[in-house]
Amino acid sequence: MNHLKLFFITFFYLVLVGSIMAVEPDEVLTDSKLESRARDISTNVRCVVCQNEPIDTSNSGVARDLRILIRERLLAGDSNKEVFKYLVDRYGNFILFKPPLTLSTVLLWFMPLLVFTLGVIILAGALKKASPLKRSKTFSVSNKKKLDVLENEKEKD
Amino acid sequence: MRRFVFLTPLALSLIIGAFAVWGLLNDRDPSEVPSALINRSVPNFYLLPLPGLNSPGLSKKELLNLEKVSVVNFFASWCLPCRAEHQSFIKLSRNDDIELLGINYKDNDKDALDWLTELGNPYTYVGNDFSGRTGIDWGITGVPETFIVNKNGKVVHRFSGPLVGERFEEFKELLMLELKLYK
Repeated sequence: MNHLKLFFITFFYLVLVGSIMAVEPDEVLTDSKLESRARDISTNVRCVVCQNEPIDTSNSGVARDLRILIRERLLAGDSNKEVFKYLVDRYGNFILFKPPLTLSTVLLWFMPLLVFTLGVIILAGALKKASPLKRSKTFSVSNKKKLDVLENEKEKD
Repeated sequence: MRRFVFLTPLALSLIIGAFAVWGLLNDRDPSEVPSALINRSVPNFYLLPLPGLNSPGLSKKELLNLEKVSVVNFFASWCLPCRAEHQSFIKLSRNDDIELLGINYKDNDKDALDWLTELGNPYTYVGNDFSGRTGIDWGITGVPETFIVNKNGKVVHRFSGPLVGERFEEFKELLMLELKLYK
């Protein structure tokens, strides 16, 4: 039992490490500041082959080429923004994991706010209707007359 | 107010349902990456010829100088679908109104040469993109990938995947439409 456990733990660690280490040793820059910027950019760039994976962890050839390209651009003195622009020029906004705010993504960005506002309006309407204050008011108005009649009758007695 | 509250979930579910139906019925392919190049001029590139092949290399300047409707095809000898679509280009090369341009993507010189000798060379220009950089400049996701470029050097269509059967017919139709625009 213990051996089996050990085997599985080792196995899964090996598998996990394999998938995390897509950045290959020969790609890594000696300048650690630039390297960390490169890692930062490549976790936000979609691999165009295996589409829901960032190029940072993808093993595909194009992803590797793009990782090397990003490092080259950084070495040439590009800012992060310029690197993203370079990539978007070639692959479009599709390559970004975080879609920029454009006319076609307005709905995507503001849908939560829209739904929330709609919810507040509906809730406010429903609460107003069910408000005990309002109910007691209508109750008293309709019952006031009855009460008056009863009291009048009582006085006659 | 009550009617509004009652109808809102119904309306919402109708909208969501319509989206679901659209997603199922439409023959769209959500995994297809839209090309960023459409309606833009071809990117800057300069590629040397393939050693031993009697087709010249290819660059943006040469492409613009052609002033013809051209087809730019990224291929590689190691790519099986490229082999499948090659006959389509051989057939297409009989049409003199179209310029067929090949870009050999991340390939070994000798393998590419052997491949073109074996299957025939339909291209008037063949650029050698050994590093794959030109591929990135064109925004390709793999091979084969084919672009239709108009007379002014503007990219008008992009096809990823092999142009065989129905896909080839679709491609040819768009290509002929592009040719007609200049007649």
